Amino acid sequence: MADAIVADGLVKQYGSVRALSGLDLRVPEGTVLGLLGPNGAGKTTSVRIITTLLRPDEGRCLVNGIDVTERPHDVRKIIGVSGQYAAVDEYLTGRENLEMIGRLYHLGKRTARSRAEDLLERFNLTDAANRPVKTYSGGMRRRLDLAGALVISPPIIVLDEPTTGLDPRGRMGMWDVISERVRAGSTLLLTTQYLEEADQLADDIVVIDRGKAIAHGTPDELKKEVGGERLQVTVGNRAETQVAKDILSQVSAGPATVVDHQVTAPITKGAWTLIEAVRRLDAAGIEPVDIGITRASLDDVFMKLTGTTAEAEAEEAENR
Amino acid sequence: MSAVTAALADGWVVAKRNLIKIKRIPDLLIFSTIQPIMFVLLFAYVFGGAIIIPGISYREFLMPGIFVQTVAFGAGITAIGLADDLQKGIVDRFRSLPMSRAAVLVGRTTSDLINNIFVVVVMSVTGLLVGWRIHTGVLDGIYGYLLLFAFGYAMSWISAVIGLSVKSVEVAQSAGFIWMFPLTFLSNAFVSTATLPGWLQPVAEWNPISSMVLSLRKLWGNVSSDPVYNGSGFPAEHAIPLAIGWIVLILIIFVPLAISRYRKAASR
Repeated sequence: MADAIVADGLVKQYGSVRALSGLDLRVPEGTVLGLLGPNGAGKTTSVRIITTLLRPDEGRCLVNGIDVTERPHDVRKIIGVSGQYAAVDEYLTGRENLEMIGRLYHLGKRTARSRAEDLLERFNLTDAANRPVKTYSGGMRRRLDLAGALVISPPIIVLDEPTTGLDPRGRMGMWDVISERVRAGSTLLLTTQYLEEADQLADDIVVIDRGKAIAHGTPDELKKEVGGERLQVTVGNRAETQVAKDILSQVSAGPATVVDHQVTAPITKGAWTLIEAVRRLDAAGIEPVDIGITRASLDDVFMKLTGTTAEAEAEEAENR
Repeated sequence: MSAVTAALADGWVVAKRNLIKIKRIPDLLIFSTIQPIMFVLLFAYVFGGAIIIPGISYREFLMPGIFVQTVAFGAGITAIGLADDLQKGIVDRFRSLPMSRAAVLVGRTTSDLINNIFVVVVMSVTGLLVGWRIHTGVLDGIYGYLLLFAFGYAMSWISAVIGLSVKSVEVAQSAGFIWMFPLTFLSNAFVSTATLPGWLQPVAEWNPISSMVLSLRKLWGNVSSDPVYNGSGFPAEHAIPLAIGWIVLILIIFVPLAISRYRKAASR
């Protein structure tokens, strides 16, 4: 399978800040790459280079084999872009926005109009189609912005934090629309701070921090890297916590750790360990509030790799 | 499509988008029209009695000056529009589309020209009401208007460079206009240049605004019977070719400058 997007050793310096220091990316045709990283990791800078908005200081970037710095105009004909801030015109209606974008892709007047109509319907904006975007909610603006990226049904779609600032329902709606495009065969590069989003949408994930890729793999591979399955037991009181910790340590593959009334230990034998732990807890007269096997989440991956949690980053960003 | 036809076709799409905004917020147009009307009325009734121009009423002498000042200030909105588009990220959207690089600028200057034409029409009516007339023929009258619009269009490109150089809409709002006060007042627009201090007279006489104002006075028959009021020397004798020369020169310098600024500003 050919690579739809290739980036080799991208470097970008802003004054004394090194936004990218040798980033490599590969997105095979028809797949979804999730670019995951904390704020300031270089996600937006990479997206701006790939979408021809910014020239890298060093390195090379090819989109469908076309060099973005040498033939930016040809790259623009095959990409659809939706940025971090919904770049739609507030004073135009939703329909006018999409028709304008169609005209600027040089679709004929009639094609641009019918394309706008289709997209409005697909994105559930038909009722608001003739209202100025100024009156739209945040979620509607994001949907319209994404629709703008899909006007020509581009083979390659680049989305920079497409769901930032949306409520959970809005986010899930966006995921549906994005997955639909991918099933239709588009290649997608998406940046996000939400691990759940990468898990949900991406075939491959690249974690970047300080302008460099620090991990690469499928969501499952990354989780495995951090640690496999864990047995987690929640008990009712402090006295029981100590007993449960001892029991888990006997059956687990490593030492158990305690947080409040929750005891966690890494395991390798799956269900067998669970059953054995239940037996011994029962024999000791402990009735767990909750017990089960958990798998590492991408949060753990993120925490281990960048030394900070995505939530903390997101919070920090909001407070800024 | 050649580069020029692409710039024009894409530019027109962008211009239409800008004009829709004027339609949706008519206050913009109303306020950009009220100011020149106020100028006409204030100058006509406040200074009109104090300033005596031989052979012609001050109001008639004044109107070409106000027209030129108005299109110059009208061009100032180009800076605001572009700064606004940059700030809102719409320019990023445009730049990621396979459209002409010049289109955003061509579209913006075109819609601002149409805005200017509308304001000039309203002003002409106001002028006619206070007693201003075109005393020459239809052709000279039209010639004058075309020159006026061309000048406003050229000024829009200077304004574009300013709008693309500043960091925010607020700065564009003052930076786009502040330099126009000395530019328009250091001219023959409101008074005879002969009344200025000696060292300032050549500056005022060579000022593009003066060439424009004098051209309109000549084309429309709004000149004073006393040649002192037209200024003296080369700029006064060749006002019309000089005005055209200024327009061409401004375009030659500022069109490429604005386009290169646009490319840089957009990739900040």
